[in-house]
Amino acid sequence: MSAGAVTTGLAGDRAAGDPAAPPLASRQRRAARRARSAVTLLAQGEPMLWLTGGGLVVAGAMIVGLVALIVWQGALTFWPAPVVSITTADGRTVWGEITRRDVFKPDPSLMGSLAPQARAAAGRELSASGGRLARRLVRSGNFELSGEHFTWVSDYEIAPDGEARPRWALVVERRSWGRFYGEPVAYLEDGKVVATDAAAVWRAVRSAQPAVLARVARQRDLERREMDRLNTRVEKARLAVRQAELDHGRDSAAWRQAVAAASRIETAMGQAFADLTDRIDALKRENERSVVRLRTGDGREADLALGDIVRAYPANQLDGAAKWGVYLSRWREFLADEPREANSEGGVFPAIFGTIVMTLVMSALVVPFGVLAALYLREYAKTGPLVAAVRISINNLAGVPSIVFGVVGLGFFCYLAGGAIDQAFFAARLPNPTYGTGGLLWASLTLALLTLPVVIVATEEALAAVPGSLREGSYACGASKWQTIQRIVLPRALPGIMTGAILAMARGAGEVAPLMLVGAVKLAPELPLDGVAPFLHPERSFMHLGFHIYDLGFQSQNSEAAKPMVFTTTLLLVAIITGLNLAAIWLRARLRRRFAAGHF
Amino acid sequence: MREKRDMETQSIVTRPSPPDAVDLRRRPGSGENRLAAIAAGAAVPADIHAGVFASPAVLDIENFNLWYGQKQALFDLTLPIPRGKVTALIGPSGCGKSTLLRSVNRLNDLIDSVRIEGDMRLNGDSIYGRSVDVIELRRRMGMVFQKSNPFPMSIFENVVYPLRIDGERNRNVLQEVCERSLRGAALWDEVRDRLGESALGLSGGQQQRLCIARAIAAEPEVLLMDEPCSALDPIATAKIEELIAALRGEYSILIVTHNMQQASRVSDDTAFMYLGRLIEYGPTVEIFTRPHLRETEDYITGRFG
Ligand SMILES: Nc1ncnc2c1ncn2[C@@H]1O[C@H](COP(=O)(O)OP(=O)(O)OP(=O)(O)O)[C@@H](O)[C@H]1O
Ligand SMILES: [Mg+2]
Repeated sequence: MSAGAVTTGLAGDRAAGDPAAPPLASRQRRAARRARSAVTLLAQGEPMLWLTGGGLVVAGAMIVGLVALIVWQGALTFWPAPVVSITTADGRTVWGEITRRDVFKPDPSLMGSLAPQARAAAGRELSASGGRLARRLVRSGNFELSGEHFTWVSDYEIAPDGEARPRWALVVERRSWGRFYGEPVAYLEDGKVVATDAAAVWRAVRSAQPAVLARVARQRDLERREMDRLNTRVEKARLAVRQAELDHGRDSAAWRQAVAAASRIETAMGQAFADLTDRIDALKRENERSVVRLRTGDGREADLALGDIVRAYPANQLDGAAKWGVYLSRWREFLADEPREANSEGGVFPAIFGTIVMTLVMSALVVPFGVLAALYLREYAKTGPLVAAVRISINNLAGVPSIVFGVVGLGFFCYLAGGAIDQAFFAARLPNPTYGTGGLLWASLTLALLTLPVVIVATEEALAAVPGSLREGSYACGASKWQTIQRIVLPRALPGIMTGAILAMARGAGEVAPLMLVGAVKLAPELPLDGVAPFLHPERSFMHLGFHIYDLGFQSQNSEAAKPMVFTTTLLLVAIITGLNLAAIWLRARLRRRFAAGHF
Repeated sequence: MREKRDMETQSIVTRPSPPDAVDLRRRPGSGENRLAAIAAGAAVPADIHAGVFASPAVLDIENFNLWYGQKQALFDLTLPIPRGKVTALIGPSGCGKSTLLRSVNRLNDLIDSVRIEGDMRLNGDSIYGRSVDVIELRRRMGMVFQKSNPFPMSIFENVVYPLRIDGERNRNVLQEVCERSLRGAALWDEVRDRLGESALGLSGGQQQRLCIARAIAAEPEVLLMDEPCSALDPIATAKIEELIAALRGEYSILIVTHNMQQASRVSDDTAFMYLGRLIEYGPTVEIFTRPHLRETEDYITGRFG
C-alpha cells in the first residue's frame, strides 16, 4: 500500500522534472561512497580485527605464560628426583639431586688451571658448542661436612663413566642442616650396632620411625603448649606486680601482696618447669638412642639420630606409587606444618593461617563500613558537589600506592592509636609495646582502608542497578525508606555487593607492601588465633603468604633451596586468590539466577 | 525531500476525514481554539458533569498544581473521585495522568525537583497537610504500575509485603490475606501450589495480577492503576478487566488508560485531561456518547492526540 504510494510518487516526480537526473546522481554518489571505503584502511574493519585480536592474544599469552610457569615450577618442587652419583676426573664424588642445568661462557683463565684430561674434554666441548660449556647444579646437601648445600658440576669435569644412580642412596630430610645424601651402613641402638646390611638398616629405620615421629610431636607439644602455659602464668604474676606498683605505688599493701603472690607462683612454676624440662629431655634422650650411620658419596660417615629425621627415602628404588607417596606427604607437610630452616623447608601453615585470618578480619571490617558508606552515598545523600567530591576522593583512594597505606597504618594505627591503647590499658607491660607495634588488627585495618574503595564502588554500582520500579513499588506499599532498602534494595544488590567484597578479599589477600610495615613477620612464634583465651589475638604479629614469598625469595640464606619454595608458595597464594574469585563468580551467577527478570 | 512530502500528502488523503473538519476549525469557541488557548497557557475552566457528584467522594482533589522544577505539569485540578466506583483518566501522552496518580499517594515526593500547591483529601483527611505521615497515608492506598514490578522474593512474600512491613508475623493472618488477595486478583488457582516459588518465574500477565494482589492485600481505600494492561496481551488484558469489574464496588479505583474501549468498558466515570488540565469529567456513558465538548469527542473518536 505505502510502497505503491512511493512508486507513484517517484513516477510523478520523474514525469514532472528532468526524467533521468535524480536517480543517476544518487547512483553516482553511491558509487563514490563505495570507492572511498575501498581506500580507507580503517573503514575496512580487518586491521581493527587484527589489532584487537592481537592485543587479546598478547595479554592472554602473558597471563597463561605466567600461570603456566608458576604451576609447572610450583607443582614440580616436591616431586622426588633420583639421586645421582657423579665422580669427577680428579676423583671427587658428589651425590645429590640435579636441580637445573645451564651453559656458561668460561673465563679465559679457566683452561690453564685445568688438569690435562679435563682440559682436553673442555676443549672438545667448547669447539662443539661454539664456546660454551654445560654445567649442572646438584643439590648435594651434607652441609655439616661440605659447607654447602649445592654444588656446580661441569660436564667436562666428569670422569668417563663417572655417573651412576646408587641403588641405596637415601635422601634424608632433617630438622636442621638441610638434606643428607648417603647410603646406610649401620643401624645403632644405644651405641650398639644392630644391623649393617643396607636393606636391614633401612627396614630398621622404617620400623622405628613412627614411634620416633610420635615422640617428636609430643616433645614439640610440651615445648609449645605446656611451656607457654607456665610462662603465661609467671608473666601474668609479674604484670600484676607492675600494675600494683603503677596503681598504688611501691611498698603499698597491694603491691606487697602482688609481690608475695608472684614469688609464690614463681616457686610453684619453677618446680613445674623443672618437671617439664625433665619430660622433654627424656623424650629427646629416647629419640637419640636410635641412630642410623650413613656413608656419603666421598666415603665419609655420619651418624644421624632418628629424632632429627623428618623424612627419608631410597630415591632410586621408588616406584610410581612410592614417588606419589613422597610427593603427597611433602605437600601435606607444606600445607599443614610449620617452617624449618629459616623458612626454606617445612610448611607454610602459619602463613596460610595468618593470611586467611587477616583477610577475614579485614573483610569483617571493610564490608560493613563500605556498604554503609555506599548506602549513604547512593540512597540518602542529596546529589551535589559535596557528594561528587566524596566520590572522586574514593576513586582516587583506589589509585594510591599500597605502601602509602602501610605508612599511614604504621604512623596512625600502630604508633598513634596503638600507643594510646598501650598507655591506657597495657601500661604495666611498657616499654614493651602491646598494640603499639604491627599486629593483626592494624594490618587488617590498613588493608580495610586499602580495599574500601573497591567495596564502596561495587556496592554503589549494585545499588544503582536496582530498578527504580522496585523501590516505587515498595514505597507504594507503605514501606519506609529503611524498610525498602532492607527488604528490596539490599537483597537485590547482594550479588554485586558480594562480588565487591570478594574482590576486595582477593586484593587484600595478595597485598604485601603495606603488611611489611604493619604486622607481617618472617616467623611468628604464635598464631593470631588459638586455644588460649581470648582466642583471637589482634595485637599479635602474624605470617603472611605474600610476605613469605618475599622473604623466601630475597632474604633467604640458602637461596637455591628457597627458590622452588617461592614458586610453590606463589602457586598456593595464586590458588587461594583464584579460589576466592571463582567463589565470587559462582556466587554472583547463583544470585543473579535468583533475581533474573521475569519473561513476558 | 520531495518524495517525503509527497508521501505525507498521500497518507493524509487516504485517511477518512470528518465531513465537518473544516467547519470545526472555523467555529468560534470550539475544540481547536480551546486546545490552542490551553497550549498558549490560558486557564480554561473544566466541564464537570453533575453525574459525578451523585455519590460521595473517596478522594477530593482541590486546586492542585504541580511543578517539575520550573515546568508546571498539573494546572489547578479540582475533581472528586467517587467511592466504590471506577474512574478512568484519559488524555494524550504527557498530559499528566501518571503525575496526577503518583501525586495521590505522594510518590512524587521521591523526586527532589517536585513542588506542589493545593491539596487532596482521602476520605476527608488531608494528603498534603503539614502533619501527614506519608508512610501511613500510602498504606491506605494501593498502586499498580504500568510495568509489573514483582519483588525478587516468593509469590507469598510478594502478596503479604504490605503486612510484613507493618510487622505482621501471625502466619495464619498472612496466609489468609495471601489467599484472599490472590483470589481477588484471580490468580489463586494458578499459583496455589507454588506460593513458595520466586515471583519472577510467573508470566507477564500473572506478574501484573500478582501486583494487583499485592496492591489490594492491605485493603486500601483507593486503588491507583497506571495503565495496568499496556504491557499485556489481549487475554491477560481481558482477565485484568474482568478483575477490575469484580473489584468495583468493593474498592474505589482510579485507572489511567490509553485504550478508549477499555475506559468505556471498565469505568463508571471518565476524566479527560490535556496538557496538565482537566478538560471534561463526567459519567463514562455521557462522556462517550454525548460529551459536552467537541475536543473530548475528537479525542475519544481518535481524531487527534
Ligand atoms: N520526573 C520528571 N521530571 C520532569 N518532568 C517530568 C517528570 N515526570 C514527568 N514529567 C513531565 O510531566 C509531564 C506529564 O508526564 P506524565 O508522565 O504524567 O504523563 P502521562 O500523561 O502519564 O503520559 P503517558 O500517557 O505517556 O504515560 C510530561 O510533560 C513529562 O515530560
Ligand atoms: Mg504515564
